[in-house]
Amino acid sequence: MARRNDDAPPTTSKSQETRDSAVQALPETRGDTLFGRTVTINRSRAELYEYWRDFARLPTFMENVVRVDVPSRELSHWVVKAPGGKTVEWDARITEEKDGELIAWASSGDADVPNGGRIEFQDAGTRGTIVTATIVYDPPAGVLGKLIAKMFQREPAIQARRDLRRFKQLMETGEVATSSRTRAQLEEEKA
Amino acid sequence: MRALTWHGKHDVRVDTVDDPEILNPRDAIIKITSTAICGSDLHLYDGFIPTMKAGDILGHEFMGEVVETGPGSTLVKGQRVVVPFTIACGSCYHCGKHQYSACDNGNPADNQDIGMELYGQPMSGLFGYSHLTGGYAGGQAEYVRVPFSDVGPIVVPEGLDDDDVLFLSDILPTGWQAAENADIEPGDTVAVWGCGPVGLFAVQSAFLMGAARVIAIDHFPRRLELARKFGAQTINFEESKTYEALMEMTGGIGPDAVIDAVGLEAHGFFVDNVIDQVKASLFLGTDRIHSIRQAIVACRKGGRVSMPAVYGGIVDKFPLGAFMEKGLTLKTGQTSVQHYMPALLNAIVEGKIDTTFLISHRMSLEDAPKGYKMFHDNQNEVTKVVLKPGFTETAVAAE
Repeated sequence: MARRNDDAPPTTSKSQETRDSAVQALPETRGDTLFGRTVTINRSRAELYEYWRDFARLPTFMENVVRVDVPSRELSHWVVKAPGGKTVEWDARITEEKDGELIAWASSGDADVPNGGRIEFQDAGTRGTIVTATIVYDPPAGVLGKLIAKMFQREPAIQARRDLRRFKQLMETGEVATSSRTRAQLEEEKA
Repeated sequence: MRALTWHGKHDVRVDTVDDPEILNPRDAIIKITSTAICGSDLHLYDGFIPTMKAGDILGHEFMGEVVETGPGSTLVKGQRVVVPFTIACGSCYHCGKHQYSACDNGNPADNQDIGMELYGQPMSGLFGYSHLTGGYAGGQAEYVRVPFSDVGPIVVPEGLDDDDVLFLSDILPTGWQAAENADIEPGDTVAVWGCGPVGLFAVQSAFLMGAARVIAIDHFPRRLELARKFGAQTINFEESKTYEALMEMTGGIGPDAVIDAVGLEAHGFFVDNVIDQVKASLFLGTDRIHSIRQAIVACRKGGRVSMPAVYGGIVDKFPLGAFMEKGLTLKTGQTSVQHYMPALLNAIVEGKIDTTFLISHRMSLEDAPKGYKMFHDNQNEVTKVVLKPGFTETAVAAE
């Protein structure tokens, strides 16, 4: 474990060593790229947890996720958009769960984009709930793949950041904000 | 429908585009009856606001009739409404505190990245004002899609004309918030830089809040005349030295509160990604924050600085020392329009605030490009252009 001299989350560390040790601290590691993002949502912990735990509903705010099949309480199958109009798929398993507090997952080892992480829900008093996503993933096909993914806005960290904002919008306002003017524009934006 | 679209510097056109549709439950579609060109639209016209795209529909001061509603809207077809230029959800932490212009959710998720990069946290969505603030189509059109229509639009009571209430959408609340941010105490002398619409409404508001004296600063004679009409004393900075005049007019003390209603004009939108583009004109650029710099220097010790003026980025030669040493307080921000609308509508009904004086020109939507050019070229005579999509005749100047 790297020596820590402050209280900042390891996902914000300048030290690769600290970030690596945060990756190792996850129950099952699926990659080497660490991403963390926190958002405060003006809703109760129970309400947010319940919505998120029903994985089949995640595509309502995860724009890149085409579909999540849920064959059992622990297992899920993900179909996700990839650059160039393609999709990638993987199976994921819940590795840890605390009702109303925490969901951790890991993809199967042979996933197209190996990934794992956890979503934590903490009470924030009158401000609602603090939702923290910590995600570790293996960028698709190395540096070049990552660059391509970024160009097509499919980079997992960019997506996760935006998905969390959409989750907040959906939970707080009942809808995902769009500046499209017509249905055709909205479809194009989502494609 | 017909709509005023942006195509580049000094290039706006009225195009035929697809009608807006209901996309989310809380949406409403408004048929525009009146929409104004704002001074800040000229920043877009002059091409100084980044993240504009060809074809973007402009306009953030508008009102009209409800013609379609989503299942979550509280509006009813046929109602006449004025729409705030800030798009706020009404349910986030900031909306709960009535900080509507800081709404977390009005700006679509993908658009928030750039605001995060530039400002640390993304700002709310605005109508017709670049993709930095959401990329929403504006109201200089026949129809507009209004998100969160259960929170923003205010229903206009019977007996009021469009011209009476249109400015509730932006400039009246903005002038009012500017005066409120000056924390005016009874007997205060308040100095206002800029006698455009916001400055003129700030003059009226400052008196309503108890200012004994308001000193208005500009260089357009017609605008200074309007300020004088509302009881302000004036300084024409082309004829007098502003700082010296203010000191002499306040017994050597300086104004108790200062309001900068000028802002970036056309040159100051110093966003990181356009800095290189404007580097050549950096001298001009830095000069353009002249008003806030002068306001800080003129303000009395322990006084208050209110800044409704729009600034975009990083400025140069900000008098931080004067600000600190004199112990000044600065309040600023985009206007939380929704917070002020009901009380200001009452003030209009009760005749406490005059709004229609401002309108110098009324014209059809088809003539909008001409309206932009007139407003841009002649800010002395043209104080406010109101576009009426229903109008068939060409430009009609107010009596």
